[in-house]
Amino acid sequence: MFGLVLFLVGDGMTFAGLFAAYLTFRAVNPLPSGGVYDLELLLPTINTALLVISSFTFHRAARQLRQGSGFGCRLWLLITAALGAAFLASQMLEYFKLPFGLTANLFASTFYVLTGFHGLHVTLGVLMILIVWWQARAGGSINRESHFGLEAAELYWHFVDGIWVVLFGIIYLL
Amino acid sequence: MESTSELPVSLIPNHGSWLRYLSFSLDHKVVGIQYLVTGFLFYLVGGVLAGMIRTELATPISDYLSREVYNEVLTMHGTIMIFLWIVPVVNGAFGNYLIPFYVGARDMAFPRLNAVAFWMIPPAGLLLIASFFIGGASQSGWTAYPPLSLRTPALGQLIWIFSVLLLGGSSILGGINFIVTILKLRRPGLKMMQLPMYCWAMLGTSILVVLSTPVLAGTLVMLAFDIVAHTGFFNPAIGGNAVVYQHLFWFYSHPAVYIMVLPAFGLVSEILPVHSRKPLFGYTTMVYSILAIVFLGLIVWAHHMFTSGTPPWMRLFFTIATSFIAVPTGIKFFNWLATLWGGKIALNSAMLFACAFIVNFVLGGITGVALAQVPFDIHVHDTYFVVAHFHYIVYGGTVFIIFSSIYHWYPKITGRMLNEPLGMLHFVLTFVGFNLCFGPQHWLGMNGMPRRVSEYDPQFTLMNQISSVGALLMALSTLPFLINVFHSAWRGRVAGNNPWRALTPEWLTSSPPPVENWNGPAPHVEHPYGYGLVETTP
Repeated sequence: MFGLVLFLVGDGMTFAGLFAAYLTFRAVNPLPSGGVYDLELLLPTINTALLVISSFTFHRAARQLRQGSGFGCRLWLLITAALGAAFLASQMLEYFKLPFGLTANLFASTFYVLTGFHGLHVTLGVLMILIVWWQARAGGSINRESHFGLEAAELYWHFVDGIWVVLFGIIYLL
Repeated sequence: MESTSELPVSLIPNHGSWLRYLSFSLDHKVVGIQYLVTGFLFYLVGGVLAGMIRTELATPISDYLSREVYNEVLTMHGTIMIFLWIVPVVNGAFGNYLIPFYVGARDMAFPRLNAVAFWMIPPAGLLLIASFFIGGASQSGWTAYPPLSLRTPALGQLIWIFSVLLLGGSSILGGINFIVTILKLRRPGLKMMQLPMYCWAMLGTSILVVLSTPVLAGTLVMLAFDIVAHTGFFNPAIGGNAVVYQHLFWFYSHPAVYIMVLPAFGLVSEILPVHSRKPLFGYTTMVYSILAIVFLGLIVWAHHMFTSGTPPWMRLFFTIATSFIAVPTGIKFFNWLATLWGGKIALNSAMLFACAFIVNFVLGGITGVALAQVPFDIHVHDTYFVVAHFHYIVYGGTVFIIFSSIYHWYPKITGRMLNEPLGMLHFVLTFVGFNLCFGPQHWLGMNGMPRRVSEYDPQFTLMNQISSVGALLMALSTLPFLINVFHSAWRGRVAGNNPWRALTPEWLTSSPPPVENWNGPAPHVEHPYGYGLVETTP
C-alpha cells in the first residue's frame, strides 16, 4: 500500500507539472484574438458532482465488504463504475460541443491534454473497479479477510477524484 | 507483496546457471548484475560515440562526420551515458545488489516489479540506437530543447522521447521499490541511524526520482504532441512558450544530477572506511547533508537558464540556493577526508579510484559554484567550460566511483579477486586520460569555444588535440579493465567470504551469496563502520 502511495505521489507530480505549465502559459502567453478562457460550466459541474458522489459510493462498497455483505459491496462497486462511465460519457459530450479543437490555440491544447490525461486515469479506474467487482464475486480472491485489491483501487479512485477537483478549479473556474 | 523467500531454493528458475542472467529473475542480486552488465554494454556504445566526437574535434573543420551526423552522435552520446549507463548502474545495479543486504532482507520489497523495471531498459536502449538507422537519430542534444527539437527529424525525436519515457518509467518503479524496501523491510531492531550510508543515499535519490521524473514524463508527452499533432505548447511560431519547456525539463534534469551523484556519495562512504580501517567520520552530519541536498536539489533548476530571459529576482534566488548546496556537499567532503586522516590506508585499485573521485569531484564542484554566479555563467554559458564542469561531476565523480565499486564488490559478486596490477594500469590510464581530456576544456570554454558544434576557430586546435589524446587514453583504459574482469572470473584468486575484513552485512555471507542472502537468519549489524571498535573476522 505504501508503494501505491508513492506511485500516486509520482503521478500527482505529473499533474502538478502539467498544471504549472498551464498556469504559466496563461500568465505569460496572451491568447490570439478570438480565443477565450470561459467554458460552459453546466456539464463540468455535473461531472464534478458525479465523481465526488462516486468517491462516497466506493467508500460505501468497502464498508459493506468489511461488514460481511459481499452482495452490497458488489452493488455499490457497480454503481461507482456506472458513475465513472457516466463521467466519461459526459466528458466526451463536452468535447463534441466545444467550439475549438486540439490545435486551436495554447489554451485549447492544454485543456485537451489535461482533461484527456485525467480521462485516461478515470478509464483505468473504471476498468480497475470492474476487475475488483469480478474478484469480489462469491469464491473470488477478494473477500472479507483479503481485500488489498479493493483498498488499492479505492485509494486510486479517491486520488483521481481529488485531481479532478483541482483541475476543475484551475481550468473551469479560474 | 510477494517475495522469493517463500520458494525453496530448488524452485527458483535457472538457479546457479548463467542463463538466469537472461531470464526474468526475481533475485535482487541477479537483477543488480543484469543492470550492471547491460549498463556497461551501453557505456561501451556511448564511449564509441564519444570517441567519434573527439576524432571529429581533432581538426577545426568538419571533415570526419557531417554536421548532421555529428549532432546525432552528440545527442546519442549524452542520452546513452546518462539514461542507460550512469542512472541504471549507480542506482539499479548497486542499489539492487546491496540494499537488501544492508536492511537485512532476503530480497527487495517488490521482486516482480524490480524485474519489470530492469527489462524495460534493454528495449528502450536498443530502440534508441536503432533510430540511427531508421531516418536518422535526434539532433537536438540530450536536453531536446524546443524549437530545435521540433526541427530535427521527427521520427528520431519521437523515438528518443519514447525511449526516455520508458527509461524514466523504469527509474520510477525502481525508486518506489527502494523507498519501500529501506523503510519497510528493515530487519526488526535495525534502526534507521544504524543503516550503512548507501541506504540513506538511495533513500534520498529515490525521493528525487519519484518527485521529479514524472514531471519530465509529462513534459515529453507535451513535446510529442507538438511534433505529432502540431499543437503549439513549446512552439513560439504559433504562440507557444519554449521557456516553459526549459523550466519543466530542468525540474527533472537538475535533480537528475543528484540522482547520478548521491548514490556515488553513498558508495564512496562504504568504500573509504573499509580500506582505511576507520569508522566513517560524522555519520549523522552525512545523513543530514544528504537530506539537505535532496531538498535544495529540487529548488535550483533555473540556474541552467540564466541566459533564457530569466528575470533578475529569479536569477538571484537560484544563485543563492545553488551556492547553498556547496555547504552540505562540502560537509561530506570534509567527512571523507577526516575518515582517511590517520587511517591505515590500503592503496588498492578500489581505493585509488575512490580517492581520485574526491579530487575530480572537488574540481567539478568548484566550477559548479562558479557557474552558479550569474555574471560568470553568462560569460561561459553553452561553452566547453560547462562541458568540462559536468564531465568532472558525472565522469570524474560518478564513473570513477562505479569503477571503484566494481573493484570493491567484484570479490563478493564472483567469489574471486580482480588482478591488482591490471587494476592499477586501468586507474592510471583512466585518471591521466580523463584529466587530459577534460582539463583543457575549461580553458577552451573560458576562451569562448561553444559546445555542440563540429567546427571551431583554428586558435583552439592545440587544446582540442590534447583533449582528443586524453579521450584515446580513456578508450585504451577499458582494455585492461575488460581483460581483468574476464580473466579474473576464471583465474582470479579465490576471495573467501570477506577479503577486505569489512563490517557491512553483505560480507557476512558466502561469496557469491546464496539465493536468499544468508543460510541462517540475517546478521544484526549494529556498527557497520565499527573499525577498531568491534572484532573483524577475515
